[in-house]
Amino acid sequence: MADVSQKTRLVLQDVAKSFTNHLRGGIHLPVVSGVEFSLAAGEVVVLGGPSGVGKSSILRMIVGNYGIERGRILMRGEDDGEFIDIAAATPRETLALRCNVIGYVSQFLRAIPRVSTLDVVAEPLLARGVATLDARRRAGELLERLNLPAALYDLPPATFSGGEKQRVNIARGFLTDHPILLLDEPTASLDAANRDVVCDLIDAKRDTGVAILGIFHDEEVRGRIATRIVDVSGFSARKAA
Amino acid sequence: MTDLPLLTAHALTRHYGNHVGCEDVSFDLYPGEILAIVGESGSGKTTLLNCLSCRMPASSGAVSYRMRDGEMRDLATLTEAERRFLMRTDWGFVHQNPADGLRMRVSAGANIGERMMAVGERHYGRIRGTAEDWLGRVEIPGARIDDRPTAFSGGMRQRLQIARNLVTAPRLVFMDEPTGGLDVSVQARLLDLLRGLVGEMGLSAIVVTHDLAVARLLSHRIMVMKGGHVIESGLTDRVLDDPQHAYTQLLVASILEV
Repeated sequence: MADVSQKTRLVLQDVAKSFTNHLRGGIHLPVVSGVEFSLAAGEVVVLGGPSGVGKSSILRMIVGNYGIERGRILMRGEDDGEFIDIAAATPRETLALRCNVIGYVSQFLRAIPRVSTLDVVAEPLLARGVATLDARRRAGELLERLNLPAALYDLPPATFSGGEKQRVNIARGFLTDHPILLLDEPTASLDAANRDVVCDLIDAKRDTGVAILGIFHDEEVRGRIATRIVDVSGFSARKAA
Repeated sequence: MTDLPLLTAHALTRHYGNHVGCEDVSFDLYPGEILAIVGESGSGKTTLLNCLSCRMPASSGAVSYRMRDGEMRDLATLTEAERRFLMRTDWGFVHQNPADGLRMRVSAGANIGERMMAVGERHYGRIRGTAEDWLGRVEIPGARIDDRPTAFSGGMRQRLQIARNLVTAPRLVFMDEPTGGLDVSVQARLLDLLRGLVGEMGLSAIVVTHDLAVARLLSHRIMVMKGGHVIESGLTDRVLDDPQHAYTQLLVASILEV
């Protein structure tokens, strides 16, 4: 493998993805092709390029939410660990990678009826075997840091505002110590104060050697956190867009 | 991650005369895994569930199950006594209609107690205590322990059926449209409860549903059936967010958004 060092956590090799919509007469919509880049521990790589070039799709492929047609998506949780290709992984292997290696903060929170905010945030810790009390305490501390009023912790987030939901989603993604973390516009609907908190959280993750890959449209945030920018336009099937 | 499957289906086929119930279905189910079988009415999902759970003989193919002693057994070779023991203790079966899974003429407590007695519990106080505890876990007031399910609402009956099934700590639970026919608010409560209990107890489950939202909430993996065949399968969120087969795309595109 080219340009792989001890610190490398994620490698994309010649990745291609398109959608075929059978309900529209089999229309073929290419998304990206020839995607190649890597990500190392302690890096914050930001995917660049205009809306619609396939940035979110790339994150979804890396976390195994979208299948790919060609290429490999290799990841590992530690130096000298063995790389696993999530694109070729079984459902069980994919879930294990999500539990232990790769974290993902999606653009929108998928609220579950009746599950409280605190439990939504604590869930990934519980899945990794942390005791309930400890997980809920840590969830509460992080929500407090994100300035979410304590009165909301016991409520399901379904009725929260956009910014509140996003902070719940961020807390859920940041609570664990996954060695790779994907962020899909986590600061999009936050005010300046909370945006700063998220930037601080990202810096703290990077300092502990987490490999971070994200999408940020906010120039200021990007300038503050990015260690490198990968322009996705070159891989896009919609180059003219 | 345990690397030995709990249940394996191999080329499982069931014909009704010339009509195909389900055909050539193969998969492995691992401990702790929740598999959803989705598809519209008549797609063969309930036939498949019944063949998997020994409720209906298959026309061909085989189902193997890992017994508590670790041995993998072909279910067709079990004696009737072994099969019944398995169904009463190590397995649960949650019917869409609670009346099919409950004894409607005995009390709620006795409905739970009966399953405990099947695994050898004889102490009245312990049986009653456990039954009361399970009523609480499925959010039925303990004061209703002596009432018959006929006096319960549809949602309470379904929760009682779940308590009756889970009290023996089965390793595998089959569910046939567990939330079908319930109001949405009752459905949400039931789903939340199921999700919690299944996670807590580390159960494996095979859930038949036509509701993709139920599948997304409960399952790790999905099999999409049409005309008796599995046409697409994989990780639940991937099948729902990046469906490949025309029929799966149609199912996903047909969900109404609120």
